[in-house]
Amino acid sequence: MALSSKDLIGLEHMSQEEITLILDTADAFRAVFDRPVRKVPIMRGKTVVNLFFEPSTRTRISFELAEQRLSADIINFSASSSSLKKGETLRDTAENIAAMKIDMIVMRHSSPGAAQYLADVLDASVINAGDGPHEHPTQGLLDIMTMRHKLGSLEGKKITIIGDISHSRVARSNIYGLTKLGAEVTLCGPPTMVPGAMEQLGAKVEFDLKKAVRDADALNILRIQLERQSQMVFPSNREYALMFGIDEEVLRTTKPECFVMHPGPMNREVEISSAVADGPRQVILDQVTNGVAVRMAVIYLLSGGDPGSLAGRG
Amino acid sequence: MDWKSIPQEYLVHNVKLCLGGKLSAETGYLHVKDGKVKAIGDGKLSVENVPTFDGNGAVLSPGFIDVHVHFREPGREEKESIHTGSRAAAAGGFTSVVTMPNTLPPVDSAPMITYQFDRARESGLCRVFPTGAISKNQDGESLTEFGDMVAAGAVGFTDDGAPVMNGSLMKYALQYSKMLGIPVTCHAEDTSLAGSGVMHAGSWSAKLGLPGIPRVAEDSMIYRDCELARATGGHLHVAHISTKGAVETVRRAKADGINVTAEATPHHFTLNHSHCQTFSPMFKMNPPLREESDVEAVIAGLCDGTIDCIATDHAPHTVMEKELMFDQAPFGIIGLETALAVGITSLVKAGKLDLGKLVYLMTEAAAKIYNLPGGKLEEGTDADFVLFDPEQQWTVLADEVQSRSSNSPWLGEKLTGRVKATFMGGRNTWLDKDFS
Repeated sequence: MALSSKDLIGLEHMSQEEITLILDTADAFRAVFDRPVRKVPIMRGKTVVNLFFEPSTRTRISFELAEQRLSADIINFSASSSSLKKGETLRDTAENIAAMKIDMIVMRHSSPGAAQYLADVLDASVINAGDGPHEHPTQGLLDIMTMRHKLGSLEGKKITIIGDISHSRVARSNIYGLTKLGAEVTLCGPPTMVPGAMEQLGAKVEFDLKKAVRDADALNILRIQLERQSQMVFPSNREYALMFGIDEEVLRTTKPECFVMHPGPMNREVEISSAVADGPRQVILDQVTNGVAVRMAVIYLLSGGDPGSLAGRG
Repeated sequence: MDWKSIPQEYLVHNVKLCLGGKLSAETGYLHVKDGKVKAIGDGKLSVENVPTFDGNGAVLSPGFIDVHVHFREPGREEKESIHTGSRAAAAGGFTSVVTMPNTLPPVDSAPMITYQFDRARESGLCRVFPTGAISKNQDGESLTEFGDMVAAGAVGFTDDGAPVMNGSLMKYALQYSKMLGIPVTCHAEDTSLAGSGVMHAGSWSAKLGLPGIPRVAEDSMIYRDCELARATGGHLHVAHISTKGAVETVRRAKADGINVTAEATPHHFTLNHSHCQTFSPMFKMNPPLREESDVEAVIAGLCDGTIDCIATDHAPHTVMEKELMFDQAPFGIIGLETALAVGITSLVKAGKLDLGKLVYLMTEAAAKIYNLPGGKLEEGTDADFVLFDPEQQWTVLADEVQSRSSNSPWLGEKLTGRVKATFMGGRNTWLDKDFS
């Protein structure tokens, strides 16, 4: 089996089988991390461009590491989206880079649809590293990979995502991926951040945090963007922490085995207390490790890698 | 005779007349002399020594009138000039248009009105009737010189492109324009509710992660402006109505006897927000494409007279601008050259209203909003008319678009109904390539 598209734009249009293939492949790469030499020669001679129109530290480093561990040649390109508004369109930029003959582009852009657009105009493979609030598929995959390690099959499992769902690409990719694997997703946050229309994506909406976490198998806590305060979306960090912050007291009301995830960077004492962030119920650093493995898997599969041949390498 | 050399006096025969909202069952004729209608009627007429042109069985109706276009001159001629806009109008069968004032600088003084008239006269392809801005520099703060602009020929005042958030300014505009006997047109949008929205706020915006413009941004302003029209007795014209709530508000206002009229665009009675899923900026306009229930409400409004006329909101933008991502691209699409065909395809062929009514909504009804000449063909009126084939299918191609811009959601789409020839004051302003 192989992926059906040359690109990874989002989890919305991926099949359950494709998602499972990526996760299985990522597990194989994850095994490589425990060896003394963590590099494999799979992408030798191939060039990957990391095209970041929005600042990113974690995602960019994670992709770079994944590319390096696959022995790819790497070009990093960072630019603010605003320079595009001045004249050069995304198409111009993309065609210029493509003219230099590259194999793959990893792109982050502030506009929903940017990754799809790039994929449509270029022959090279495109990996969406976040297109505005639309999708962030590798984050969704690494979250699911982490859940799968803890829970085994996700069929029938209850996952609660808490935070600013409306503006979150992480939430959208999680919802699409998790529901395809049979999980039940509940979204929680103030109504200003959780529009009712999100139910049409296949998730449940629950504004009462206590109810939202009670039966959950895992909590995925999103970063609250502090600038939303000035946009009148929520009153204060203090009130958010009081009503939706996850602390030890909240965790006492969940199932004992329920664990806590966060895509980072965290606002400690706002959406998550330090005691939880550093405590025994969190798997936040596993997520980071799995992120590299998932990105290796995606790059490998999109460049035509045979998942079967990996087994021998482990 | 050859359509390319039109004499001072001529006859058109073998046409089906579409006048006063009715399509004639039999063929008729039109007799033109010195730019005016000399005679028009069913049957045949032959006048000695007057050349006769064969209409090939096409429908002949008054030239279309679009009360909402953006011709971008002065300031943004790379998108459209008064000449290229007039050319697009002629190709779409239009003989009169009402231009919006959000040029650069905005049309906010009598010399600007005069300038636009002059440019239109030089082009000579379409009658152009400018509106003026409600506030100086469209900054929403103080009234422009309505009287001076009306004396120069302005047909109305509008905040199109820069909604008037200040209710007091809108009230004074309606009071003052009432004295002058002309309408104030509102682009109904509470900008604080619209925020950074780029498409309709609903299931698709939630899915796509694009910020939404809620219906209430339009509904609340239309309610405010209808009440201001009630209070002042001024004539309020509602531009590009797009929500079911707004249609209902206008329906109630009319029942209450408030002096309000409304227009709807072909895109708002045809397309819905699901088209945004391609992320193509060709589906980005303001007001945004709404839900199917809104589309149905707009059609119902057109059928029962709540909405008075069809207008395109022809809004040209360059290819580069529409190559931007959805959230960064400007709002608006061109519409002059597809208006008839979209109307026929999505209203007439769909059985929503008959061809006579469609033509009425694009002619006589439109003329009434701004008290324009035209919209009718009778002995003595200007010979502004169009010949079209209501059955011909054609594909919208960027290469054939006469506007300087080609930002149309119908590019590559097959539509029914094709303009064959357009005449302004008896003069030919557009001839389809295969029409002779």
